[in-house]
Amino acid sequence: MIDRGYHSGFGGAFLPEILVATFEELERVFREAKGDPAFWREYTDLMSTYSCRPTPLTYAGNLTRHFGGARIYIKREDLNHTGAHKANNVMGQGLLVKRMGKTRVIAETGAGQHGVATATMAAKFGFQCTIYMGEVDVERQRPNVFWMERLGAQVVPVREGTRILKDAINEAFRDWVGNMDTTHYVLGTACGPHPYPEMVSYFQSIIGREAREQILEREECMPSRVYACVGGGSNAMGIFSGFLEEPVELVGVEAGGKGLRSGRHASRLCSADASVGVAQGYKTYFLQNTDGQMLETHSVAAGLDYVGVSPLLAHFKENGRVRFEAATDQEVVEALALTMRMEGLIPALESAHAFAQAFKEVSELSRDEAVIINQSGRGDKDIFTIADAFEDPAWKDFIRKKAEKTHA
Amino acid sequence: MLEAYVKERRKERDILLMTHIVLGYPSFEESHNLVKTMVEAGVDLMELQIPFSEPIADGPVILHANQQALAAGATVKQCMDFAGDVARSYPIPFLFMSYYNILFKYGVERFAEEMNRRGLKGAIVPDLPPEEANGYLRAMERFGLDPVFIFSPTTPDTRMGEIAAVGRGFIYCVARKGVTGLDTHFTRQLEEYLARCRRATSLPLALGFGVKNRTDIDFLRGKADIAIIGTQTIRLMDEGGIDAVRAFIEGLR
Repeated sequence: MIDRGYHSGFGGAFLPEILVATFEELERVFREAKGDPAFWREYTDLMSTYSCRPTPLTYAGNLTRHFGGARIYIKREDLNHTGAHKANNVMGQGLLVKRMGKTRVIAETGAGQHGVATATMAAKFGFQCTIYMGEVDVERQRPNVFWMERLGAQVVPVREGTRILKDAINEAFRDWVGNMDTTHYVLGTACGPHPYPEMVSYFQSIIGREAREQILEREECMPSRVYACVGGGSNAMGIFSGFLEEPVELVGVEAGGKGLRSGRHASRLCSADASVGVAQGYKTYFLQNTDGQMLETHSVAAGLDYVGVSPLLAHFKENGRVRFEAATDQEVVEALALTMRMEGLIPALESAHAFAQAFKEVSELSRDEAVIINQSGRGDKDIFTIADAFEDPAWKDFIRKKAEKTHA
Repeated sequence: MLEAYVKERRKERDILLMTHIVLGYPSFEESHNLVKTMVEAGVDLMELQIPFSEPIADGPVILHANQQALAAGATVKQCMDFAGDVARSYPIPFLFMSYYNILFKYGVERFAEEMNRRGLKGAIVPDLPPEEANGYLRAMERFGLDPVFIFSPTTPDTRMGEIAAVGRGFIYCVARKGVTGLDTHFTRQLEEYLARCRRATSLPLALGFGVKNRTDIDFLRGKADIAIIGTQTIRLMDEGGIDAVRAFIEGLR
């Protein structure tokens, strides 16, 4: 039987029959590209001229002194074009779309980063573009909707289900089953049916390849730990992939929301509310009830607010290769505040989960050791969300006055 | 068993009708009234959909029905009880239709055992391709149930053969690309597709997706064994209530 992307029993491709042929084509084109050395060169060339690769590895001296433990390095995926690691996956899939000769792309988006990145890619390559976004996310991420539309994408608010990321994925699939001849679905994370988890991780592995080289250059040894936030899991898979074969502890940080016992979180690998299931075309841990109906999730970070998780990370949970933790909304906001004040860096709320967990642990490590935190995205463009999270009174006043002016 | 039933019944009728309802929508009581009405109006088989929160193959009408049923508190246990009740009360075969997670979480083996105990005849699971279905196939066979599989217009001939080799009862032929409930063009292209399906299997053929009136069904006579009506009756129920559904089905023959 052909490879169906199983690892420790997670993964697979649970597809409606109408899409089977489309996935066979995608799998074939991806294999060919992966086996072609010129393709990776084309990809890195594109990323170094259109995005900002290689992204730097920043030594965080003030934070290191503050905690008095391991030396803290930050991998700067926030410096990608469009402000997050999402660009890595999107540009890679864009090259595959060209190889397949398709003319239209569709994508889901939660926080809006993946939608903006896809709209950018579509503009550059001349593809038509439709972005599905839950109505709740459209409301909390309006600036990203503005940019997607300006970039020429059609943004469709999804009013079904819980009206967030998972519902946007369902709607993108519904579009795709009718339009697969012309259309490629640019899935934004290392989830979904095979070969998406592997394909997205492959493009994101550029993060880990660079980080490995950069830390060796600086420290002349491997870091003790690498931290990444985990929504769907693509930035984590990306940076972890550079260190899988090394004696490095890999730490994935999920959205603890209001706390793991509150029922208001998005932790699939650390909480008792999750169990193994099959949805959205793949088998992994889902936040679901005993009947198999998906639960509502919560996180201060829209990009982590998802019921499932990469089957590759579920596999690393099972075999113990990655340690998973959860950071609460409050811990995340505190970590973000500290990072801004001490380093002048503004991580996205998603990425700040990785910072929050690292801050809990670095003091235990010795000064000879190093850790890397993946700053998967930048927070300054999420000013509305972050200002809300900080409950900044002057900002509220500004919004009120701005609204009055708009009405006038 | 479903295969024998369909072939026997086809001696009297040139096309059979299978309808689809979403259990618990708008309520279990109404679901029961719908079954009663449909059986009285001459439906030959029925698909009972256990609602799921992520029905990716379904269009807006059935999606909405799934969500409303869940919002009203529908559980798998209630669906099982309901199915057992109607299977005992009415003389036509009933099948479950749902997404794989419902079976998986229940335990595939236990799910099949319950179906058997309650008198259901088969199941349709649209997100479970044969490649992922080993455990399901074993369980269905063990409990004497028919796993109905799906052909689509994008399925190559060789794959149709492979699917037909594991499918039982009949083959569900999806008429076109897209989700349930959109318009289907009943054209020569569809006729050629059905002829291709016919060549691939000796199992009865059921055609679904977009079948919505007498003209569509007349088109299918002689080309398919079963016409499947899904979205259209839900739409009619929403708009005109149970009497509209009855009049519609009676008008199809």
